[in-house]
Amino acid sequence: MKSERVEESRRVGLFVTCLVDLFRPTVGFASVKLLENAGCQVDVPMAQTCCGQPAYNSGDRADAIAIARNTIEAFEDYDYVVAPSGSCAGMLKKHYPSLFKGDPRWEARAEAFAAKVHELVSFLVDVLGVRSVGAAHAGTVTYHDSCSGLRELGIREQPRNLLASVSGLELKEMRDSDVCCGFGGTFCVKYPEISNRIVEEKTANIRAAGAETLLAGDLGCLMNMAGKLERQGIDVKVRHVAEVLAGMDDGPAIGRGKG
Amino acid sequence: MQITSPAFKENARRALSDAQLQKALGHVRSGFIDKRQYAVEALPEFDALRDSARAIKDHTLAHLDLYLEAYEEKVKKAGGYVHWAETAADARNVILEICRAAGARTVTKGKSMITEEIGLNEFLEKEGVRPVETDLGEYIIQLRGEHPSHIIAPAVHLTRDQVEADFRRAHDHLPVARDLSEPESLLGEARRVLRYQYFQADVGITGANFLVAETGSSIIVTNEGNGDLTQILPRVHVVVASIEKIVPTLEDVSQILRLLARSATGQDMSVYTTLSTGPRRPGDPDGPDEYHVVLVDNGRSSMLGTEFQDMLRCIRCGACMNHCPVYHAVGGHAYGWVYPGPMGAVLTPSLVGVDKAGHLPNASTFCGRCEAVCPMRIPLPKMMRHWREREFSRGLNPATQRYGLRAWAMFARRPKLYRLASSFGIPLLSFFKGRKGSFRYLPLAGGWTRHREMPAPEGRTFMQQWRDRDAQKQEARA
Repeated sequence: MKSERVEESRRVGLFVTCLVDLFRPTVGFASVKLLENAGCQVDVPMAQTCCGQPAYNSGDRADAIAIARNTIEAFEDYDYVVAPSGSCAGMLKKHYPSLFKGDPRWEARAEAFAAKVHELVSFLVDVLGVRSVGAAHAGTVTYHDSCSGLRELGIREQPRNLLASVSGLELKEMRDSDVCCGFGGTFCVKYPEISNRIVEEKTANIRAAGAETLLAGDLGCLMNMAGKLERQGIDVKVRHVAEVLAGMDDGPAIGRGKG
Repeated sequence: MQITSPAFKENARRALSDAQLQKALGHVRSGFIDKRQYAVEALPEFDALRDSARAIKDHTLAHLDLYLEAYEEKVKKAGGYVHWAETAADARNVILEICRAAGARTVTKGKSMITEEIGLNEFLEKEGVRPVETDLGEYIIQLRGEHPSHIIAPAVHLTRDQVEADFRRAHDHLPVARDLSEPESLLGEARRVLRYQYFQADVGITGANFLVAETGSSIIVTNEGNGDLTQILPRVHVVVASIEKIVPTLEDVSQILRLLARSATGQDMSVYTTLSTGPRRPGDPDGPDEYHVVLVDNGRSSMLGTEFQDMLRCIRCGACMNHCPVYHAVGGHAYGWVYPGPMGAVLTPSLVGVDKAGHLPNASTFCGRCEAVCPMRIPLPKMMRHWREREFSRGLNPATQRYGLRAWAMFARRPKLYRLASSFGIPLLSFFKGRKGSFRYLPLAGGWTRHREMPAPEGRTFMQQWRDRDAQKQEARA
């Protein structure tokens, strides 16, 4: 049969994130591959939808709480909950407990759940001790530090360390890689002009870095930056970092067509 | 001051298309961020100091009444007067009375945000008392009839060329051929003009960075020395300070001072840190004959005990706005009232009402950089979110947002329905992309596609594909 012992200690429920589910399934499969390669048994509970940030950050606590309950219930049986997004993982890990503060039935459950939540790349490096992914990517990349991952979860060196293990890959840092890209969830459609100004600043830095590919760990930011680069006609391919780490970077880049 | 926060969007649009302003805002980025970074890195105990400062302020706020009364006692003992002003109008009236009693026609002012908050300058002018700002930045914007766009760098929205033009217009008694090409020459000219005003003034008005309960002292930190001249030369010194400026002891202040200048300008300390305690004593070489403190509440006590209390720890260093991408994009005036940037996005709704200032806590990407640099560890994004919650529960946000959110939540709360809808909708959307990978225009997504392409879905959803993979595995096993 299967290697039960390993699986029991490393049963991972993948929180796909709504954007990956809907727009970029490749990132989901890349995540599964990376986790399985690292010895995890990966499951994808069907009862998940979104982490609830659109409601939570719009001041709609009731819907955020309802969504959080669904998510907690769906993932309670796993050893770990892993998401290929610093923003969604931050919501699950840092903000779910605050939603249930003082709720006698849910507070402890939310805390226990939060303790198991990790962002994908930091989970590989910090929890599983992965040092090398055995992938290859011939070319130059630059890496954008998404805000929630960086400032809520302390993700900075982990993706860079794993990228350093990818053969043929050269990292060219951009200026202000830790400054927001202007996405901000609903912010980008509530204040489109301001968001545009911020992402223009970002794409100027991306262009100046002179790398062929832009990587980051959050699909929201990536779609924002890819959309702007495409509109400006700047020839930089955009991918989620997991695609490169998993060696699944042969399909079209984000926002790019086939061919 | 006229509040234009309800028109934040229009303000922002204007700011974004103002080429001079955009050029000036470039200096915010280059001028503050790196300097703060170097100063912080050179002080290994910086984070420990932040913890300590937070504890000092939290303790003070928990016993605010006690420390304010202790402070009042000490001021009285030193021969000064303390005036309690519950509202902005109370504060204005008290200050006017002091000016009238002193027979004042001219008052000099040190830089102070609280006097902006209570609209002191307009009021005094209307009542026949001429206020003269003595901080260079404040002096410049007073010449222009503007308000500060930044809490420590009031004229940061201006370029040097604009300031030069203002000086040539206002100082028309000086030689036309004089050189004003350097910041130093501008400063020199302002000093010459102001020197005369210091001796004219009957009353000097300053703010306070801190009030010390232990000694009854008020403390100002400045770089130009104008504050000292403002409070020493006139016969009457008026300190205007909001109630949360109080700290228990000199030891407490000296800890917080180590954070203030580093966070603000990247200096270890400001050039001047000046304590004043009461009027001139017999034998003192200088100082005012009268010393007044106006303690302003103006809505702050109603923040105590609420989810916004932590905001009262703020020491007005400006680090949050210096690191804010939204502030960088639109500058301070777009926020529409006295306090811009992240601290303004939390404080302004508290002081003027979220019905007027509702845009401010929404106009944030929640990037978290403000909280990361705040020396007092104020959880600014969290408090902006609290404002959004209040707006949502009071139905203050736009109807389109509410309906959009409701429709989305209807699906997001129901995984099966969500799965069904996305299994149908996403492949359909993907179909319309044709051979291209993104949309130039998409119905209902104008906010996005006005400025950028919308990346299209790859094809079927991850969940659809995962189910198929699972089913194949099952088959293979069977």
